Amino acid sequence: MIGLEIVDPVAATGLFGYAWLMIALPALGALLILGFGRFLGKAGPALAVATITGSFALAVALFVQQLAAPADARAVSVPLYTWFSTGAWQLDVGLLVDQLSILFCLLITGVGGLIHVYSLGYMAHDERKGRFFGYLNLFVAAMLVLVLADNYLVLFVGWEGVGLASYLLIGFWQHKPSAAAAAKKAFVMNRVGDLGMVLAISAMLAQFGSSAFSEVNHGAANLVGPWPTAIGLLLLLGACGKSAQVPLQAWLLDAMEGPTPVSALIHAATMVTAGVYLVVRSHAIFELSTVAATTVVLVGTVTLLAGAWIGCAKDDIKKVLAGSTMSQIGYMMLAAGIGPAGYAFAIFHLLTHGAFKANMFLGAGSVMHGMDDDVEMRHYGGLWKYLPVTFWTFACGYLAIIGFPLTSGYFSKDHIIEAAFGQSMLIGSLALLGAGVTAFYMTRLMLMTFGGAKRWADGVHPHESPAVMTVPLVVLAVLSIGAGAVMNWWIQEWLEPATGAHAHEVDLLPTPIGWATMAVVALGVLVGWLVFGRREVPATAPQGNLVARAGRNELYGNSVNDVLVVQPVLAMSRAAVTTDAKGIDGFVGTFTDAIGGLSVAGRRAQNGYVRSYALTMVLGVLAVGAVLILGLVG
Amino acid sequence: MTVEWRAIAPVLLVLIAAILGILAEAVVPRAQRFFAQVFLTVASIVVAGVLLVTNWRAGLGGPVAMGSMMLDAPTYFMWGALLVFGLISILVFAERELNGGVSAFAASAATVPGSRAEAEASAARLEHTEVFPLALFALGGMMVFPASADLITMFVALEVLSLPLYLMCGMARRRRLLSQEAALKYFLLGAFSSAFFLFGVALLYGYAGSFDLSAIATAVQNPTMGSGVLYAGMGLLAVGLLFKVGVVPFHNWTPDVYMGAPTPVTGFMAICTKLAAVGATLRVFYVALSGERWSWQPLLAVLVVATMVVGAVWGLTQTDIKRTLAYSSIAHAGFIMTAVVGAYAGSPTSPLDSVGSALFYLVVYGLASVGAFAVITMVRNASGEANAIASWSGLGRTSPLLAGIFALFMLSFTGIPLTAGFIGKWAVFAAAWRGGFEWLVIVAVLLSLVAAVFYLRIIVVMFFGEPVDGVVVGRASAFTWLPIAVAAIGVAVLGVFPGPVLDLATAASTFLR
Repeated sequence: MIGLEIVDPVAATGLFGYAWLMIALPALGALLILGFGRFLGKAGPALAVATITGSFALAVALFVQQLAAPADARAVSVPLYTWFSTGAWQLDVGLLVDQLSILFCLLITGVGGLIHVYSLGYMAHDERKGRFFGYLNLFVAAMLVLVLADNYLVLFVGWEGVGLASYLLIGFWQHKPSAAAAAKKAFVMNRVGDLGMVLAISAMLAQFGSSAFSEVNHGAANLVGPWPTAIGLLLLLGACGKSAQVPLQAWLLDAMEGPTPVSALIHAATMVTAGVYLVVRSHAIFELSTVAATTVVLVGTVTLLAGAWIGCAKDDIKKVLAGSTMSQIGYMMLAAGIGPAGYAFAIFHLLTHGAFKANMFLGAGSVMHGMDDDVEMRHYGGLWKYLPVTFWTFACGYLAIIGFPLTSGYFSKDHIIEAAFGQSMLIGSLALLGAGVTAFYMTRLMLMTFGGAKRWADGVHPHESPAVMTVPLVVLAVLSIGAGAVMNWWIQEWLEPATGAHAHEVDLLPTPIGWATMAVVALGVLVGWLVFGRREVPATAPQGNLVARAGRNELYGNSVNDVLVVQPVLAMSRAAVTTDAKGIDGFVGTFTDAIGGLSVAGRRAQNGYVRSYALTMVLGVLAVGAVLILGLVG
Repeated sequence: MTVEWRAIAPVLLVLIAAILGILAEAVVPRAQRFFAQVFLTVASIVVAGVLLVTNWRAGLGGPVAMGSMMLDAPTYFMWGALLVFGLISILVFAERELNGGVSAFAASAATVPGSRAEAEASAARLEHTEVFPLALFALGGMMVFPASADLITMFVALEVLSLPLYLMCGMARRRRLLSQEAALKYFLLGAFSSAFFLFGVALLYGYAGSFDLSAIATAVQNPTMGSGVLYAGMGLLAVGLLFKVGVVPFHNWTPDVYMGAPTPVTGFMAICTKLAAVGATLRVFYVALSGERWSWQPLLAVLVVATMVVGAVWGLTQTDIKRTLAYSSIAHAGFIMTAVVGAYAGSPTSPLDSVGSALFYLVVYGLASVGAFAVITMVRNASGEANAIASWSGLGRTSPLLAGIFALFMLSFTGIPLTAGFIGKWAVFAAAWRGGFEWLVIVAVLLSLVAAVFYLRIIVVMFFGEPVDGVVVGRASAFTWLPIAVAAIGVAVLGVFPGPVLDLATAASTFLR
C-alpha cells in the first residue's frame, strides 16, 4: 500500500488567490450580524444568505477552473501569511484548494446556502432570528477554514470553530433546559475528541517539525516505531468525537434539540462528516499503520450497526434520522478505513449523504412546521395528503438512503459494501446487514409519518410549508436522486491525486454483491411494510422486547458513559474538593493567619513617631555592624 | 583643566532650566506663569533627552568634569530612564482639571495650615509653580548621583536631589498638615542618614586616601592598613545609600512620606529617587568595593530578606492605597536588590548580568509605578483623592477602563506573565541565581507570592465590590491620561516584546572604572 504518489499543489494564480474570500464572506457576515445586529435589523438574515451565496459562487467558479485545468495543476496552494515562527518552527496560515477540498466547499456552501434559505421560512417567527443567522454564518466560515486549511493547526482552528458554532446552535433555544444540557454535552464530549487532535498535532510537530499536509505526507514514510499507529489512533479519536462514532456517539442524538435546519446542516450534512474528511486527508498516516486503519474499519462497522439499531427503535422523527446519520457516517468511516480502495467511495457517500440527509432533515422540519413542532411519529400518520411537496421530496431522500437502483445512495453505498467484502467477508456481511436494517427503519419512518391513518390530536392542522422552505426541498430531492449517477464515473478519477488511490472500474450493471444488496434492501422494506404498513400504529409505544428497548435507550450509551466516566470523575472531584478544603486550605489558612498576625504586629512598629524611626535606623546601623563583624569572624 | 561641555550638557540643561524656572517665578506675570513653567520643564527635559541620545550615539564617554563624573553605559541608560520617567511623572504635576482648575499643590506653601493667610490664598485660588523648578533641581541631582566618580560629588548630588524633594513633599493643597508632617519626617530622617553617609565617606577617605571610587578600588586591592576602617566606612556608606533605596531597616520614612506627599510627587519619588539610588548603590559596590564582594554580599542578602518580608507582609494589612504602594515599593526595592546581591557578571551564553537586570527591573517597575500613582490622582470624592482602598470598591463597574488599566499595573507589580513585571522579576531572579544566591531567589519568589495577595486584593475590591457612593473618577486632562497611557502601553508591550529594552539594558551594564 505504501508508495502512493503524492501530488504537490501548484502556486495560486488568478481567481485562486481570492480563495480566502470564501471564508471571509461568511465570517464578515457573522461579525456584522453578531456585532451590529441591532443596526441591521431585518437585513441580517438577508445578509447571511447573500454572503453564503457569494461563497458558493466563488466555489463554483474555482471548481470550473479546476475542471478546465490539467490534472496535475488542479491542487492549488494559497499561502496567506506566517502565523508565528519560533526557533525552527514556522507556522504558516495557508489554504489548499484541491480536488478534495473543493468538493467540500461546494457541499458546505451549496447545501448550506439552501439551508440558509429554508431557515428564512423555518425561523421566520423566532425573535432571535438575526442571531441564528449570525451563528449559521459563523459555522459556515469555520467549516470552510476546516476543509480549506493546508495544515493541521489551521484545520484545528476550524475544527474548534465548528464545535463552538455547533454548541451555540444546539443550545439556541437555551430557555429549554434540555437544549442547554444537550449543548453542554456535545461540547464536553467533543473535548475528548479534541484532546486526541491536539496530541496528534503535537506529535506531528515533534516528528515532522511542521503540521502542513504536504510535509506530513512526504515525511510519513520516515516515521518509525509506534508513531504512525499512535498518530493514527489519536486522529481517529478526534474523528470519533466530531463524527459521533462509537464510543463518542452519545451527543449526537441529544443534539437534535437544536433547530431543525441546524440538524440538517451541522449534524447531518457537514460538520459530523469532518471526521471522515480528517481520515481521508491523513491517508498517508493510516496507510502506514494496519492497526490504526483496522481500528477505523471497526469503529465504522460498529457505529453503522449501532446507529441503525437506534434508528429502528426511536419514535422521535429527528432521532431516527440522527441514528441514521451515525449509521451512514459509519459507512463512510468503514470505507475510509479500508484504504485506497475506499477513500473515493467514502467521499462519494459523504457527498450524496449530505444531499439526501439534508433533504430528509429539512423534510422532517417541514413536517414539524405543519404539526406544531411535534416530533413524535406516533402522532403523525397519513400526512402525504396534507404535505404533498414534503412527502414527495422526502420520498426521494428515502429512495436514495435505502439505495433504490440508480438513486444516489445506490451508487455510493454499493461501492462501500463491495469494498468491505474486498476487505473481509465478516465486515462485508455486517455492512450488508446494515443496508437491510436501514431499509427497514426508513420504511418504518415513512409509513409512520406519511402512511396509514391520521393519529394527530384534534386542533392540529397539518399544512404545507411556504415556498421558501419547499424550494430547497425540491432542489435537494433532485440531488438525492441524480447526484450519484452524475458522479459515479467521475469522482474516483477526480479524487485520485488528493487521495493517492487509483480508480477502479465501475459499471452500471450490478455485481453479484450488488444484486445481493438489492435483495437485502428489498427484504428490509418488505419487513418494514409487514410490521408497520398493514396494521394500525399504536399511539403510545408498546413496551417492546429487549432489543427494541435497548435501541430506544440508545444502546445505554449514556449509562455506559455515566458509569465509566461521569461517576468516577465526580468521585475524584469530590475527593479533590475535600482534600482542598480540609488539607490544603487548613494548612494555608494557618499560614495566612500567621502572616496576617505578623503584618498587624508590624503596623504597630510603624507608629508615626520620627524618634522611633530614627531609633530603628540606629538599631539598623548596629545590625549592619554586627553582620559585618560576624562575617569577618566567620 | 577641561570641562566636557557637550558630554554633560543633559545635566547642565536640566539644572539651567531649573534656575531659569526660579527666575520665571519672579518675573513672569502670574497669568502666564503656569504655562511658562510647564513649557520650560517639558522642553528642557526633551532637549536634554535628544542631547543624551546624540551623545550616546557619538560614543562620548569616560571621566568628565575633571573626573568627578563617569560617563559610561550605565550612566547613559540611567540618565535616559530618569529623563523619561521624570518627564512623564512631572507631566502629572501639570494636571489642573481634576482639582477644579487649580494644581494639586498648595496655594501658598509658606502659610501655616489652618491660618487665615492660608484660607485667603485658597479662596483667591492662588497657584504657585515653584514645584516645577524644584522637580528639575531634584532631577538634576538624581542624574549626577549615580554618575558620580567620587564620593564628594555623590554626596553633593545626594543633597541636591534630596532637599527639593523634602520641600515638594510638604506642598499638598489638601491635607496640608499630613503633608507637612511627611516633609518634616523625611527631612529629619534624610539628614540623619546623610550624616551616616558622610561619616562613611570620611572613613573611606581615611582608608584609601582619596574620594575617587577607582582609587578606593585600588586601595581595597592593595591594602596599606587594617580593614576595620574599610568595613566601618563601607557599612556607614551603605546605610546612607540604602536609606534612599528604601531598604529595611532604613525604610521607615517611606509609608509616611508616600502617603503625605502630594500624589504626583509620590509618583515622581517612587521611581526617580529609586532609580538614582539603586544606580549609585550599584556604582559604589561594583566599582569601589567590588574587591570586598565577599563581605558585603552576605550583609546585603540579610537586609534584602528583611526588606522583602517587611514590604510584602506589612503591606498586607494596609487600608490606604498610597500606603500599600509604599510597602510595595519597599518589597520591590528588595526584589531589585536580589540582583545586586548576586553580583553576576554575565557569561557569553547568558549575558544578562546583575546591573542589566536591575536596570531593566527599574524600568518596568517605574512604568507601573508612575501609571498607578497617576490613576490614584483621578479617583476622588468630595474632599479630594479617595485613598482608602474601601472607597475603590466597584470601580471596575463604574469606570472599567481606568480600573482595567490599574489592574494591569497591579498584575505587573505581581509579576504575572505577559506583563512587564514578569520579565523584570525573571531577570533579577535569574541574575541572583547565577550569582550563586539560589536560596535568596527561593525566598524572594515565596515573598512575591505573599505580596501578590495585596495586589490581587485591590483587583478583587475594584471588580467584585459594590460601588461606593460619592466616589467618582475625575475628568482629567491629557497631562494625566498621557502618562497613564504611556505606562499602560509600556507595561503591556514590555511584557510581550521585552527584547529591545532588555538588550539595551544588557548592553549598558558595564561600569567604567
